[in-house]
Amino acid sequence: MADLSTTIHKLELKNPVLTASGTFGYGLEYDDFLDVSLLGGIVVKGTTIHPRQGNAYPRMAETASGMLNSVGLQNRGARYFATDIYPKLTKYNTNVLVNVSGSTIEEYIACAEIINELDHIAGIELNISCPNVKEGGMSFGTSCGSIENVVSAVRKVYQKTMIVKLTPNVTDIGELARAAEYSGADSLSLINTLLGMAINAETRKPVLATITGGLSGPAIKPIALRMVWEVAKAVNVPLVGMGGIMNATDAIEFFLAGASAIQVGTANYIDPTITLKIIDGIDSYLNYHKFNKLSDIIGCLQL
Amino acid sequence: MRKTVQNLKVIENLQLNDDHHLLQLEVPDQLETIFPGQFANLLVNHSPGVFLRRPFSIYSVDYIKNTISVFIKEIGEGTRALGQTPVNSYINSMFPLGNSFTIPNEPEKILLVGGGSGVASLMNLAQELNKNLNDVYILIGARSSADLVELEHFSQYGTVYTTTEDGTQGEKGYVTNHSILRDQFGQFKRIYSCGPEPMMRAVAAKAKSQSVFCEVSLENTMACGFGVCLCCVTETIEGHKCVCTDGPVFNINQLKWQI
Ligand SMILES: Cc1cc2nc3c(=O)[nH]c(=O)nc-3n(C[C@H](O)[C@H](O)[C@H](O)COP(=O)(O)OP(=O)(O)OC[C@H]3O[C@@H](n4cnc5c(N)ncnc54)[C@H](O)[C@@H]3O)c2cc1C
Ligand SMILES: Cc1cc2nc3c(=O)[nH]c(=O)nc-3n(C[C@H](O)[C@H](O)[C@H](O)COP(=O)(O)O)c2cc1C
Ligand code: FES
Repeated sequence: MADLSTTIHKLELKNPVLTASGTFGYGLEYDDFLDVSLLGGIVVKGTTIHPRQGNAYPRMAETASGMLNSVGLQNRGARYFATDIYPKLTKYNTNVLVNVSGSTIEEYIACAEIINELDHIAGIELNISCPNVKEGGMSFGTSCGSIENVVSAVRKVYQKTMIVKLTPNVTDIGELARAAEYSGADSLSLINTLLGMAINAETRKPVLATITGGLSGPAIKPIALRMVWEVAKAVNVPLVGMGGIMNATDAIEFFLAGASAIQVGTANYIDPTITLKIIDGIDSYLNYHKFNKLSDIIGCLQL
Repeated sequence: MRKTVQNLKVIENLQLNDDHHLLQLEVPDQLETIFPGQFANLLVNHSPGVFLRRPFSIYSVDYIKNTISVFIKEIGEGTRALGQTPVNSYINSMFPLGNSFTIPNEPEKILLVGGGSGVASLMNLAQELNKNLNDVYILIGARSSADLVELEHFSQYGTVYTTTEDGTQGEKGYVTNHSILRDQFGQFKRIYSCGPEPMMRAVAAKAKSQSVFCEVSLENTMACGFGVCLCCVTETIEGHKCVCTDGPVFNINQLKWQI
């Protein structure tokens, strides 16, 4: 057994496999399928200060090797999370992180303040990259100025580990990553979904009620890898890579590109136990290639 | 029964007509109770165009043989591949998912209205209602007589009526125009329906106008099937609810249908 532990700022992860926000519910939905505590950590659903109904149905379109979604951050709000959901999550013996979102800087701050009070939440992932909300969301993540404003504002109220989640819907992700690092991010995670669209030729209508949505799944992996590699060159904080990871080999590719940990998203829908298989597969890879520990391969792309 | 993911062996694949198959799947673990209305989310093998699982109602359950059956209407790549699954091969299945139809405590006179692949969720229900001595009537609509399948099976559990759009069997026209809905509707204490949404809405409108208890089973498109993606929502009086976990069965009074 190789040493799979890894660190993201102050977070000690027993293995580098986390779950991506919006694809793992609150973990509880997976209790029938696996022991959530075996994971390196989980990132629960996008949470906002006020409850949100999300967008209209249809919210999903299957595409070649992936899917588009336009859920739009449906959640019952940070206070409901704190009182009704959080107590159920303290049973997990792993890192639980909350994905924090908002329409204004004030909303991000208010949400982070509530999460800051919850002892068992190991950190937040600041979502400045959701493509499915009209106000805020991704628009915070597409310019250096707005990244600085929101990240430094939340930094002032949130003391534990703050990961900032970047959007791929930008021209130069390295530059935006530097802005987030400079503004106080302890770590960066990437990528969120890519803005896309699906059309039904028979009805001549868009498939999604919102017309456009976010693309996830193996279709986006090459873009995600390229962006992790670019960001790894641009910043010094640890990276959490994601985008289309379906198996251990995919995960290894992200470590080689420079990620210290990874998140599994859409793959959980197809096989809810996939994360455990990925952990085993990473171990097998390290043993087979005679590496004693995961850190031996992080950023070790042979050029 | 807890939700599980298991490889189920296809022990029978009955071709019912050109594009309908009935698959009997052997469950390795001991089956516990599966309620009428619950569904399974099946993985499609060897189909490059299919990425996500495909949901199907659990058509019937055989606790002695430890099998579940699914009724598949071929409409696209996933259903075609599943329909063609050879006997003795395996289908990776996540089940049982979703809620279930409410079964009355005392025997009642009940009407089931189904159309298209929607009849699939009514078989297990008809069987359960029959077991509990309800007086069951089953109305099934299809385009043409060739599309009406499994009628004999249904007739074991109740009185079957049919409509076809082309008049080749039963009354001509849509299910919602059948004489039993027109003339005898008031006799039914409960209506359950599954099928194309316009059909369910018409049935629901009729039930609502006469204050009859009515449950419908929705078939919204799904990504996960167990409540984590929030893609399958329907609007209810309590806001968006997931069809895969809060449904697929809803009382029509919960839905925000303009009927
Ligand atoms: C809870 C539930 C229970 C179901 N039970 C059964 C069952 O017992 N038997 C059965 O045959 N089918 C059932 N269905 C429908 C079945 O899941 C779909 O027919 C199947 O997913 C289509 O897959 P495909 O790859 O063949 O078609 P695709 O290639 O994905 O789609 C073909 C066409 O059908 C449309 N379509 C696909 N799925 C749906 C949907 N759910 N609603 C509206 N339009 C759709 C697509 O937009 C496309 O135009 C059920 C669905 C749900 C949600
Ligand atoms: C249905 C769905 C909902 C999502 N919701 C969120 C969210 O609330 N917050 C967030 O930061 N990312 C969200 N994501 C993005 C994922 O966390 C992840 O960044 C993306 O899906 C890429 O990874 P994958 O290809 O492994 O799925 C969502 C993705 C999907 C498919
Ligand atoms: S299909 Fe994912 S929540 Fe219902």
